[in-house]
Amino acid sequence: MSFDNAYESLLGHEDSHWAFGTGFSEALSGVNREFPVGVDREDIVAYCLMLGDDALIFSQRLSEWCSRAPELEEDIALANIALDLLGQARMLLTRAGEVLGKSEDDLAYLRDERDFRNVHLAEIDCGPGPGGDFGTTIARLLVFSSWRLALFSRLRGSADPVLAAVAEKGLKELAYHRDHAAQWTVRLGDGTDESHRRMQAGLERVWPFVDELFATHAVEARLTGVAVDPASLKSEVDGVLEAVLAAGGLSRPADTRAARVAGMAGRDGVHTEAMGFLLAEMQHLHRSLPGAVW
Amino acid sequence: MTTALEVASAVRDPELPVLTLADLGVLRDVSEEDGRVVVTITPTYSGCPAIDEMGADLRRSLKSAGYSEVEVRLSLSPAWTTDWISAEGRSKLAAAGIAPPARIGPSVAGPVPLNLVPPSRQVACPQCGSPNTSEISRFGSTACKALRRCNACAEPFEHVKEI
Repeated sequence: MSFDNAYESLLGHEDSHWAFGTGFSEALSGVNREFPVGVDREDIVAYCLMLGDDALIFSQRLSEWCSRAPELEEDIALANIALDLLGQARMLLTRAGEVLGKSEDDLAYLRDERDFRNVHLAEIDCGPGPGGDFGTTIARLLVFSSWRLALFSRLRGSADPVLAAVAEKGLKELAYHRDHAAQWTVRLGDGTDESHRRMQAGLERVWPFVDELFATHAVEARLTGVAVDPASLKSEVDGVLEAVLAAGGLSRPADTRAARVAGMAGRDGVHTEAMGFLLAEMQHLHRSLPGAVW
Repeated sequence: MTTALEVASAVRDPELPVLTLADLGVLRDVSEEDGRVVVTITPTYSGCPAIDEMGADLRRSLKSAGYSEVEVRLSLSPAWTTDWISAEGRSKLAAAGIAPPARIGPSVAGPVPLNLVPPSRQVACPQCGSPNTSEISRFGSTACKALRRCNACAEPFEHVKEI
C-alpha cells in the first residue's frame, strides 16, 4: 500500500465504499407530496421558504462557531444543531423548489437577499466575531429553538403532508436543541458574575428581534389548516423562557421592537445589514464555481 | 439468488458499521414491482449526512446481487426512533463499546417537556459494566450519539442517545 496519497491508504483501493462525489439525492424522494385541495401553491411555496430560510440561515450562523466555541464539545454540539437545521432546510427548500422548477441548491445559493424570507433573529451577528459572544449565541438558540419547537409541535397537524412530516421529524431534534440552550442559559446565568453579565447581555441583544417571531404574516393568515399562526405560540414560548430565565437568575428584558422598514421585516424580504455579509460568505463558492461538488 | 430483502437487510450503516440498516431500523420496506426493487429508508436525523451513502450502498449491493433496476425512496413519517434498533442491534452496539439507547416507548401527546438539567439516565459502561457514568456532551461524533465517561474505570464511551 502506498502512503503517498492519504485517501488511497484509507480506501484500500476500493473507492466504491466511499461517498465522495455521490452527490446529494433528492431530499424528498418517496415522500407523499400531494398538495392539499383548495390551497394556493404559491402560498405553500412562500411558507416553505419562510420556515426553510429560518433553518438555513441560522444553520449558517451556528456553523460559524465551529472551531471557535469555548470548548471542543461545544464546537461539536453547535455543528450538530446546525446540521439538523440544515436537514430541515433542505426538505423545505426542495418542497418549494418543486413548484418553482428549481433545486434546493438554486434556492440556497442563487437567490438574492430580497428573496430570502427568514426572520431577523436567524441572521443577526451574535458572534463568534466582534458582533457577539457565546452568551448571545446561546440566548438566540434558546429563543429560536423554543419558538420553532412550539411551532413544529402544531405543524404536525398540517394539511400539507410534507410540512406535517418535516415537523414530526424535526420536533425531536428541536427538543434537544432547546434543552441544550436552556442548560447553558442556567449554567451561565447561575455561574460567575462575568458569565451572568454576558448571558444577560446576550438576552438584551436578541430581545428586540423576538416580536417578529409572533407577528402573523398575510401568507400564514391565508393558509388556514396548513400553516401555524405564530401569534398562537406566544403564551407557550413565554412560559418556557420564563422558566429558564428564573432558573438561571436572569431577568426578562423589556419588550422593545427592532426597527422595520415601512412595517416590513424578514418575512417580506427586508433584512438587516448583517444579511448581505452572511450571504456573501454562504454563496460565493457556488456563484464563483457554478455546480461545484466534492 | 438471494431475495432483495435479504440483500438490503445485510447492507451496513456507513457511520455505525457494526449495524446493518435493518438492525438500525432505518430500512422500512423492500418490495419488488415489475422486476424493479423499491427500497424505502428513513433518516435517523433530518440532516443525517449518511443517508445518501446508504442509498448508494443499497443500489450497489442490489445491483451486484443481480437486481438491475433499483429505486431508493425516502420516508419521513413515522419519524425514526431509537426504539426501532433491534435487540440484535443493541447487543452488537454494546459489543463494539457503544452503549445502546434505553427504550423510550411511544411519544406522549401534549407539550414537549423542558429539561433544565440533563436527565439522569442509568447508562451502563460498555467496558466495565458500571452504572456509574456521566454525560460529557449530549452531541458526539455523529448526530445520533452522545459522549459519556465511566466514573469507575475512567474510560470515555459513546452512547446512542434516545430519540
